[in-house]
Amino acid sequence: MSTTAETLSSDAPSPEAQEAASETDARGRLLAADGTPLKLSLARALRRQKLRALALVAPLLFFVLVSFIFPIGGMLLRSVQNDIVPDTLPRTIAALEDWDPASDVLPGEPAFAALYTDLVVATERKTHTRLGSRLNYAAGGYSSMLRKSGRLVADFHLDWFEKKVSRDWDEPEVFTALFGEGEGPAAQALPKTAAAYAAWAEEMREQGEDPAKEEPWDLVYAALVEDLRAGGPALTGYSGPQAELIAETLAKIGEYDPPSYTDAFIKSDKDWGDPDNWAIIHQLSGRYTSSYFLAAADLERNTDGEIVDKPEEESIYIFLFERTLFLSLTITFSCLLLGYPIAWLLSNLPLRISNLLLILVLLPFWTSLLVRTSAWIVLLQQEGVINDLLVSVGILSDSGRLQMMFNQTGTIIAMTHILLPFMILPLYSVMKTIKPNYLRAAKSLGATDWTAFWRVYFPNTVPGIGAGAILVFILSIGYYITPELVGGTEGVFISNRIAYHISSSLNWGLAAALASLLLIVVLALYWVYDRIVGIDNVKLG
Amino acid sequence: MTETQSDGAFVAFERVQKSYDGETLVVKDLNLAMPKGEFLTMLGPSGSGKTTCLMMLAGFETATHGEIRLGGKGINNIPPHKRGIGMVFQNYALFPHMTVAENLSFPLEVRKMPKAERKAKVERALDMVQMSAFGGRRPAQLSGGQQQRIALARALVFEPELVLMDEPLGALDKQLREHMQYEIKHLHDRLGVTVVYVTHDQSEALTMSDRIAVFNDGVVQQLAPPEVLYEKPDNAFVAGFIGENNRLEGRVTAIEGEEAVVEIDGQASVRASAIACGGAGERTLLSIRPERVILGDTGAPNALSGKVVELIYLGDHIRCRMEVAGHDDFIVKIPNSHAHAALTVGETTPIGWQTDDCRALDAA
Repeated sequence: MSTTAETLSSDAPSPEAQEAASETDARGRLLAADGTPLKLSLARALRRQKLRALALVAPLLFFVLVSFIFPIGGMLLRSVQNDIVPDTLPRTIAALEDWDPASDVLPGEPAFAALYTDLVVATERKTHTRLGSRLNYAAGGYSSMLRKSGRLVADFHLDWFEKKVSRDWDEPEVFTALFGEGEGPAAQALPKTAAAYAAWAEEMREQGEDPAKEEPWDLVYAALVEDLRAGGPALTGYSGPQAELIAETLAKIGEYDPPSYTDAFIKSDKDWGDPDNWAIIHQLSGRYTSSYFLAAADLERNTDGEIVDKPEEESIYIFLFERTLFLSLTITFSCLLLGYPIAWLLSNLPLRISNLLLILVLLPFWTSLLVRTSAWIVLLQQEGVINDLLVSVGILSDSGRLQMMFNQTGTIIAMTHILLPFMILPLYSVMKTIKPNYLRAAKSLGATDWTAFWRVYFPNTVPGIGAGAILVFILSIGYYITPELVGGTEGVFISNRIAYHISSSLNWGLAAALASLLLIVVLALYWVYDRIVGIDNVKLG
Repeated sequence: MTETQSDGAFVAFERVQKSYDGETLVVKDLNLAMPKGEFLTMLGPSGSGKTTCLMMLAGFETATHGEIRLGGKGINNIPPHKRGIGMVFQNYALFPHMTVAENLSFPLEVRKMPKAERKAKVERALDMVQMSAFGGRRPAQLSGGQQQRIALARALVFEPELVLMDEPLGALDKQLREHMQYEIKHLHDRLGVTVVYVTHDQSEALTMSDRIAVFNDGVVQQLAPPEVLYEKPDNAFVAGFIGENNRLEGRVTAIEGEEAVVEIDGQASVRASAIACGGAGERTLLSIRPERVILGDTGAPNALSGKVVELIYLGDHIRCRMEVAGHDDFIVKIPNSHAHAALTVGETTPIGWQTDDCRALDAA
């Protein structure tokens, strides 16, 4: 900065200008003509430009943030989120805290009791089936266990009241009469029941139901059992509403001998008696889980909590990732092989003809992707145009028609065609800048046509190859529609599996984990690519 | 020029024609012979066919008709890389992905030269153009003049007998261009290579060449050493293209031996060397170099009078525009010396010239 000023001032003829240019403040900073520090005044001048640039970018930035980055971020978060288990089974998880999943012993009765409480609430909220699907991702059987247990807990205690005491007990009016007015005599006689009823009523109101019209959940009856067994003067001397019913029930409570929760659950579904099933619940008790990522990498945790390979027959994702990479590389390479000569021709023809040919290259962009893919189906299928032609010419026998569709060949052919322009365009724009004099110079220096190409022309097209290859490769690694339509079973990509989990199996967590893994693989490859080719060497035009 | 004359020549064009579209000839019937070691410049305006000739010699264009010989052998069917001709291109064409040393080593590598020998030759070539310190740089890191030297070194490093240069100094600024002209000339003198140099800059051609071929319209107008070209142009085009030139139109009234008597359109009658004028009665163009006009009444054989229209002070000389015999663009260069009295605009003064200095040419 100061040297510039010196040069300026030494050039300046008038002494006044010299003085003004070299003026500094007490701290030795250069001052502008109006006396403000030069840096400050420069920053002020640039601020306007920066603000304007920001204003130009802002609408798109906002749009992308709101409609893409946040939703995608949220979606990817699902790959580690596991709220459903701790939200649905909070008491069970608390009860399992001290239990050692590796011990191969069932958890004690308190855990089953907590499970009973959690399931009553979950059944009422109808979240137990969702929990079942979530646990099913880890191991089969949970859906049916939870469905059966849901039926079990719905009238676990009620059953006895209803059948052995009085049908009145399932009438909502009885409870309204007992606890409808808050702190009445019934609430004093049956404190736990009153609390349980209040909790239930609150839950009902939250769900938009009227508690006065619904049969209370089983937890209220469980509390009633406890209250009745506890007895006490307030209960024996009770004279409030429904006093007769209370007295009758109190008389009979001695006869009530429900099975333990443990026995009842195991009876409803014997899988509850398997400690491994409890171990999985224990494993998935956190709010965040690595289970989706483990599954996406064909790994799982065993009951001891160690990460192990999944059994061979269940491992598909690593294989699919490998296939996706292999097919993408093949497609990139075929695009390069086909695109390079075309790009060379385009860049060496007179402008008028090359423009026309360039339109032909771009023509596929004007047709829908679906149409082009369908066209390949028409051409390549066994009863398709190409097979028909080969048979009619006599190259193939009618029984020996080629299988070119619904396998990897189909995917490679169709995707090479679709992605070819992405290779040709960067190559073309780079080749356009290579002066014909380079080749002439090489030849005049004694190089044969091949040497001139390989030593001089080709190295100068590497930036174009780099750009085209990375474009085609990254586009193809995430391709979905074409492999879905022409790939059959052996030509599908990892993205088809992601789509399956998004739309069919509804295992969004796994889909998000697979997508994240794909993203990580792409970023890793990008890094490797940067190290080898150097991203500064990539030119799009 | 007949074929027998070109037999001993190192480079020879024989009845060479070139057409790109089959309708017009870019090069019409070119005959040219160069001895070994000569520095020949092809000079001409753009589109005159000089670069096409160079490209045919290098092998990047093929002659439509005729034969090009190098060292006595026809090279029409030899591909460029086997001709062994060094070439310096417009804008240098240094390979951007190679360092300077790799650029220089390239022609040696394709000739399968052993590594040690290559290294020595590259170093020598870099030394020759005083660029030894720049071997590791990329061409993009060099200035225009430095790139020019590297291009020169690259064209010379494999020791070709013939080097072609296609307007190699066109992209340099004036001072550097003049400096490089001398350097190239000195290199040529030292190495003794044969050089064919293409330019449209006449001062460049005059500075460097042994002989200059002036091209116009696909035809060599004159092939001569610089001084002959300047002082004894064969025709009106050459006279006009090389250096400054006063033109006076007139009619030949008589031919007397090597001299022609020319009447300048009813104004005056002068004598001139008859070079390319017709017989008596034909129209002709008189050409006189501005520095050969003599000012004042000195008894020169051709005496006229001129009226000073404009005076421009140029330091070493004064450029004076005069009205002479009805032409008001007659330029006289007056050396800035005490011998010449100061002229004033509007003044009429006697002028004259030697008959030898005035050439009667074709009326273009």
